[in-house]
Amino acid sequence: MNYASPSVRLAHLHKAYGKTVAVEELSLEILPGEIFGLIGPDGAGKTTVMRIVAALTLPDGGQAEVMGHDVATHPMRVKEHIGYMPQRFSLYPDLTVAENLRFFADLYKVPTAERIVREQRLMQFSRLGPFRKRRAAQLSGGMKQKLALACTLMHTPEVLILDEPTTGVDPLSRQEFWAILRELAASGQALLVSTPYMDEALLCHRVALMHNGRVLTAGQPHDIPAHFKHRLLEIVAGDVPRARKRLLTCGPAGIQVSRFGDRLHVVYGTADQERQIRSCLAEESAEIFTVPPSIEDTFVTLMHEGSSR
Amino acid sequence: MRRMLAIATKEFYHIIRDVRSLALAVAMPLMMVFLYGYALDMEMKNLPVGVLDDDHSPASRDLVRRMTAGHFIVDAGRLESRAEVDRGFRRDKFRAVLVIPQGYQRALSSNDLAFVQILVDGADGTTAAAVNNYLNAVIAMMNRDLVRASGGRMTPPLELRARTWYNPELASAHFIVPGLAAVILIMICVLLTSIAITREKETGTMEQMLTTPVHAWEVIIGKVVPYMGVGALDAALVLLAGRVVFGVPMAGSWWVLAAYSLLYVAIALALGLLISAVTRTQRTAMTAALMGTVMPTIMLSGFIFPISSMPWPLQALSHLIPARYYIEILRGIMLRGELWFPKQLAIMCVMAFGLLTLAVRRFQSRLDLL
Amino acid sequence: MTRAQPEYAVLTRGLTKRFDNFTAVDDVDLAVRPREIFGFLGANGAGKTTTIRVLCGLLVPSAGEAWVDGLPISSSADQVKRRIGYMSQRFSLYMDLTIGENLEFYGGVYGLSAPEITERGTAVAEQLGLSAFRDRLPSDLPPGYRQRLALGCSVLHQPRILFLDEPTGGVDPVARRTFWDLIYDLSEGGATVFVTTHYMDEAEYCGRVSIMDRGRIVALGSPQELKRSHGAVSMQDVFLKVVQP
Repeated sequence: MNYASPSVRLAHLHKAYGKTVAVEELSLEILPGEIFGLIGPDGAGKTTVMRIVAALTLPDGGQAEVMGHDVATHPMRVKEHIGYMPQRFSLYPDLTVAENLRFFADLYKVPTAERIVREQRLMQFSRLGPFRKRRAAQLSGGMKQKLALACTLMHTPEVLILDEPTTGVDPLSRQEFWAILRELAASGQALLVSTPYMDEALLCHRVALMHNGRVLTAGQPHDIPAHFKHRLLEIVAGDVPRARKRLLTCGPAGIQVSRFGDRLHVVYGTADQERQIRSCLAEESAEIFTVPPSIEDTFVTLMHEGSSR
Repeated sequence: MRRMLAIATKEFYHIIRDVRSLALAVAMPLMMVFLYGYALDMEMKNLPVGVLDDDHSPASRDLVRRMTAGHFIVDAGRLESRAEVDRGFRRDKFRAVLVIPQGYQRALSSNDLAFVQILVDGADGTTAAAVNNYLNAVIAMMNRDLVRASGGRMTPPLELRARTWYNPELASAHFIVPGLAAVILIMICVLLTSIAITREKETGTMEQMLTTPVHAWEVIIGKVVPYMGVGALDAALVLLAGRVVFGVPMAGSWWVLAAYSLLYVAIALALGLLISAVTRTQRTAMTAALMGTVMPTIMLSGFIFPISSMPWPLQALSHLIPARYYIEILRGIMLRGELWFPKQLAIMCVMAFGLLTLAVRRFQSRLDLL
Repeated sequence: MTRAQPEYAVLTRGLTKRFDNFTAVDDVDLAVRPREIFGFLGANGAGKTTTIRVLCGLLVPSAGEAWVDGLPISSSADQVKRRIGYMSQRFSLYMDLTIGENLEFYGGVYGLSAPEITERGTAVAEQLGLSAFRDRLPSDLPPGYRQRLALGCSVLHQPRILFLDEPTGGVDPVARRTFWDLIYDLSEGGATVFVTTHYMDEAEYCGRVSIMDRGRIVALGSPQELKRSHGAVSMQDVFLKVVQP
C-alpha cells in the first residue's frame, strides 16, 4: 500500500434528485491521517457526498474512489475499508452496547480473538465499559454517538465517514468526541466529518465550506478567513437596539448589521463607509473596534457572493 | 454464514425483547382460531328452531323428527300461535320457526302441493342463510323419500329452490379448522416479516447495515430463520387448538404435518420479506401484507368456496395461492391419514424458493432505490 | 385584557421534578425579567427540556412552584398556556399544508378569531419575510424559512413569553443571524425569550444565561460576568469548566 496516495478521491462529482441538485462539480482528496471537514447548513449536500463515499448512493457524474476502489464498480470492496456513521442514530435500541458491537464485528467478519481485544480497547477509549450491558436506547446522547463510533471502528477501517456526529450533542460531549477523532487521525485513519457548527471547522486539518451543493471554498481552517473580502467592525454599545436602529437609518448603504448580544457586528467595504459609521454613532456611548473575521463571517459573505453569481 | 448468523441472532433479540409484539404474535392466531372457529362452528350446530305445528299429524311429527335428527338444529319447543313467533325471535328463543299448516298430511297423501313455511330471523344473516339452507335440504330429502316411496308416480310434493352458499356438505369444524389454520398462519407470518426490513429502513439502521459488506441473501435468510420459530409456534398452537378444542381428528402423523407446516410457514415468511424489501414504510408493508394474504386466501384457497365451483379464471388464479395446497395437505393428513403429497410438496417448495430468491433480488443495497 | 406587568416573566422557587427515583430538575431557582433574552444551556439530559415542559404547564412539578407571567403554574396551567409560545427543535409544521394554511391552523389552535387570524397571519408573514411564500409548501423551502415559519406559528397569538427549544439546529449562518434578529425584535417588542441551544456562540447573544447540569443550575449570569468570574475566554470555556464530565 502506497501511503502517499489519497484514501478518498472525489473528482467532479455530480448528483441530482429530480430537479434538485444535491452536489455539483465537487472534487477533493483526503489523505491518510487527515480530518477533512464538510462544513455547511442542512441541505448543503454534505450527506449526499458522504453517502456517495460510503457506496450507498451512485453519483450521476464524476468519480469517487476509496482506497483505490471505485464506489460505482466495486461497492463491496469500498465497504470493507470504510466505517460510516449516519446522521441519525442508527444502532439497535433494543440491543445492549455489547450486542451492538458484536453485531457489527460479525458483519465485518472480525475474528473472535481480535474482536475481544478490540472491544476492550474501544470500551476503554469511549469510556462505555461500565455500560456494556445497558440497552442502547437508555444511553445519553453523547454516549450513543460514542457507541455508534465504536461500532464503525470495530473492523479498523482506513476511512471513517461521520455525518454530523456532534449535532445536538452538548459542548462537553462534543469536546470528548473530537479528542477521539484526533486520536484516530493520529493513528493514520482518514476522516471525512460533516458539521453545521462553524467553530468545529477549527478542529479539522482541512475543510470545505459547502452551500447548495457547491464548495464555496476549501483549505486549512486558518486560511479560510483570508477569503473574507470585506471589513468588520465590532461595536459595543450601552443601548444595542438603539445603536442598531441608528445605524440602519444614518449608516451608509450596503452595510450588514448583526446583533450579537451586547454588541453589533458591522460588515462594510470602504474606509469611507467606516467614517460614516463612526460619525453616525458619535452620539452613542459606543466603543468601536476592528475585529478579525471568523469562519462564519467568511461563510456568510461567500454565501452572498455564491447566490448573486 | 457468519453474517447471516449475526443477523439471525440480532433478529432473535428483537423478537424476545419486544414482549408485547411477541405476545400478540402468539395470542392473535389463537384468538382468531377461537373466534372464527366457534363462530363458523356455531352456525353449523345446535341452532334452536321452534315449531308451530297446526296439523298435529303423524306426517308433521315425522318432518320435525327429520329436521332435528342431526346436530345442526335443536328443537326449541312447540309454539301455540303465530303471536309467539315474534316474541320468541325478540327473546332469542330460536333463530327460525318451522310452520306446518293445517292440512299438511292431507295434502301429502292426496299428492297435492303441501306447504311448509320457514320463518327465519333475518337480523342474523349468516345464521338465517344457514338455517334456510339446512331446512331446505331436509325438505329436499323428504321430497326424494316421498317420491321414492310412491314408486315414482308422485311428483315432488314440496317445491324448493335450495342454494347452498358454502360448506355444501354442511360439514362441521373438521372441515373448517384446517382452512382456518391456513388463513391465520399465512396472515400472521406475512405480517411478522413484512415489517422486518421496512422497520430498519424507517429507523435508519438499514443505512448503517448497508455500509458493511453484507450481502442481500445474508440479510434475507438471517431474518427468515428466527421468525421460523415464531411461525412454527403459531402453527403448533393453531393446529393443536383445532384438535383439542374443536375435536378435529388426527388420522395421520403429527410429525409429517409439522414438516409440511414448516414449509408453509417458510413460504409465508418469504412473502412477507418480499413485501418488506419492496416497500418503504411499515404501514404500507402491513397493508400490503393484509391485502395480499387474507382476502385472496379466504376467497381462493378452497377454505370456504369450493374451487371446483368457481369460474375458470378464479380457478386458474387459485393455483397461485399457497394455502390451497396446504389446505389439501392438512385435510389429507388430519381427516384421511395420508402422508405423501408429491404434487403439493413440489409446488410449495418452488414457491418458497422462488419467493426467497425474489426477495433477495429485490433487496436494494443502495439507498437510491429505497 | 390589560394587566400590570409582573415583576418577573418567569420565576421559580425550589422547582423540582422527579420521575420515579430520578430527579430531573433539582431545586431550581430562576428569575427572568420581562423582555429578557434568557439562554438556557446545559448538557444533554441535564433537565432543560423537563424544566421547559414544567414551565409550559405540560408537567406538574414534584415540589416547589413556578410563576409564568405572574401566574402560578400549579393552579393556572391553562391560563399560562395562553400566554406562552413554544417552538421545538423539531419544528411542528404540517408539511402538506402551505405556509398560509399552517399559520391559519395555528391561529385557530390558539383560539384567534377569523379576522384576527387574517390580520396576525399577514403581520407575522410580513415580519418574518414569508409573505411571498404563503402558497408554497414548507418542504419546498430551505430549512431557514421553515424555521422562521415555525417561529411565526408560535408567536401568532402574541405570547408574553416565548420558549425556544434548540431553534437554530441545522440552518445556515445567514438564516441563523436573521433568526436572531427576529428574536431581538420580539424582545424589543415586549416578549420574554427563553431559549436553549448547543451553539455556544449563541449563548453569547443572550442577555443572561444559566447552565444546567444534572438537574441543578450551576452557573447564572450575563455572558460577560460568567466569562470574567470563571476566567474563561468564551462561553464554550465556561461550559466546560462548570459541567462535570
